[in-house]
Amino acid sequence: MDIERIIRRRRRNDVLFALTGATITAAVLLVLGALAFTLVREGVSRLDLDFLRSYPSRRAERAGLLPAWVGSLLVMLVTGLTGIPLGIAAGVYLEEYTRKGWFASIIELNITNLAGVPSIVYGLMALGLFVYRFHLGPSVIAAGLTLALLVLPIVIVATRETLKSIPQNMREAAYALGATRWQVVRHHLLPYSAGGISTGVIIAMSRAIGETAPLIAIGAVAFVAFLPPVPYSADAFAVAREWAGSEQLSVVEAAVYPGVAWLGTSFTVVPIQMFNWISRPGDDFRANVAAAGIVLIVATIGLNAVAILIRHRMRRRIKW
Amino acid sequence: MALMNKCAAVIGGLGIAASVAMGQTSTIRIDGSSTVYPVTEAVVEEFSAASRGKVKLTIGVSGTGGGFKKFARGEIDISNASRPISTGEMEEAAKNGVEYLELPVCFDALTVVVNTQNDWAKTMTVAELKKIWEPGAQGTITKWNQIRPEWPNEKIDLYGPGTDSGTFDYFTEAVCGKAKASRGDYAASEDDNVLVQGVEGSKYALGYFGFSYYSAHAKRLTAVAIDNGKGGILPSNEAVIAGTYNPLSRPLFIYVNKKALQERPEVKQFVEFYLENVKELAAEVKYTPLPDSAYEAVKSRFAKLQAGTVFGGHSETGLTIDDIVKRETKTGK
Repeated sequence: MDIERIIRRRRRNDVLFALTGATITAAVLLVLGALAFTLVREGVSRLDLDFLRSYPSRRAERAGLLPAWVGSLLVMLVTGLTGIPLGIAAGVYLEEYTRKGWFASIIELNITNLAGVPSIVYGLMALGLFVYRFHLGPSVIAAGLTLALLVLPIVIVATRETLKSIPQNMREAAYALGATRWQVVRHHLLPYSAGGISTGVIIAMSRAIGETAPLIAIGAVAFVAFLPPVPYSADAFAVAREWAGSEQLSVVEAAVYPGVAWLGTSFTVVPIQMFNWISRPGDDFRANVAAAGIVLIVATIGLNAVAILIRHRMRRRIKW
Repeated sequence: MALMNKCAAVIGGLGIAASVAMGQTSTIRIDGSSTVYPVTEAVVEEFSAASRGKVKLTIGVSGTGGGFKKFARGEIDISNASRPISTGEMEEAAKNGVEYLELPVCFDALTVVVNTQNDWAKTMTVAELKKIWEPGAQGTITKWNQIRPEWPNEKIDLYGPGTDSGTFDYFTEAVCGKAKASRGDYAASEDDNVLVQGVEGSKYALGYFGFSYYSAHAKRLTAVAIDNGKGGILPSNEAVIAGTYNPLSRPLFIYVNKKALQERPEVKQFVEFYLENVKELAAEVKYTPLPDSAYEAVKSRFAKLQAGTVFGGHSETGLTIDDIVKRETKTGK
């Protein structure tokens, strides 16, 4: 009767929704698959060890990605080493230490807003602050710090969300046993939330690796035909002597400068190299762009795979 | 604790890096025009190979205007330029104590292109180009039959480079009589491939950019012959060398910071290498090399470290290679 009609209608809606969802998912996957297919078809012929080992060139078949991927890697290293600890620390502080109130609300609102600010704005800020004010120049460290600012809000939000999901009674149990706040954070909250935080961190890093606009703003260049100096190599000592302004290095200078020389060099990154190639006259470089695209996508998929793996392992260990 | 130690080490490292990363004098920094970029890139590639990577070079592509801004502040050593330095840029450089050498390296033929289906605009006069592109044309000259009555009654789709481009500066000076004097209602892009695609995709399109972008896409675009009173001339190496492709053939330059040249042997080596090899390499990347006599004149100017520009802060359009050579030798005394 009436009830049966209602049940039938609701079942129909249920199927309808499932179908809509499946269609949209299929459409998205199809676009993604087509994109990946085109990239692979165009680029796979160029993708070999020589492509990863060669410097850029005016001849498409000789042009390689070496300075670009090394640059991307080093910039991400600086970003990771600065952005992640700062982001996690800020997240823990805001979630576990601050009193809730209007001030905390304002900070929270601003951080969430920052996560949505277009990346070019970070680039302009970094140009004024890092490149000119701190005299870092268009260097690896300036780029790394710029992207660190970019990922900071994402890491903070991820950290706070994960900490929020830990049941309050875990904290209370620890306090009841006489643990200090730091001990609670160190021995309980951080280990429990490692999965969620690392997911957030890796999503943030995957975003940073594809960023172009802020790096162009701080003056990343299109053509670099050398690698940053390996720490404590002859090249690094040459840079150190320039920084020191003399042939003779003091003990501290000799210990520190050659180790961080790579931070001060010019660089390019994979997306900028791709842009340089695609804006050339003629179609010779299209295969190179596709091949570089494959490298970038594989790197991103790799990062995401690590995130999934970590999350999976952490989930298995922790049950509330 | 281990975590804290790591953090401390990172922060300490940053502080040190921040205090020392200022000087990057071992790198030769080049920036500027996208038109000159292929030539300089070829030279840099060969130079890096010849010097076995001992000298480090970077090339940016900020456009001629963007390159001169950095050059005048002393941030880069060499500026790629598709037009001579402007009065404002000269003042800025003087204010910052930047002296420079102006070295012409090759010629380019600025090319006006239309769609391959365009069967009417085979030849255009400079006056007709001016009628289309001058600032007053904005909003009023919109159809082909306003240029010549027998041409189609269809809207002209205009494509051209953006305002930071030396190509834009040169074209407006050559055609409209004043640098940067242009209508604004056209599709502008600093990326010449966008312009190529635009003109390729629209039957009633008209655009302009450097010859190398035309020659790389010659099958997909049609070049317009330019009539400067002596009949239509299509852009080509021969026409540029003969001085008949007027007024759209233009010299391309590198500007070198004089202080860098004097104080840093690697900069001097690089520029020497540039002048020695640019003839061959420019031809390879589809530009017109200067005649040998012109390269000799440029080299002698370089040897004498003769600073300044031979242009009065603006492009002189319609210069033939002969004019440039005379100019070199005259000021070379």
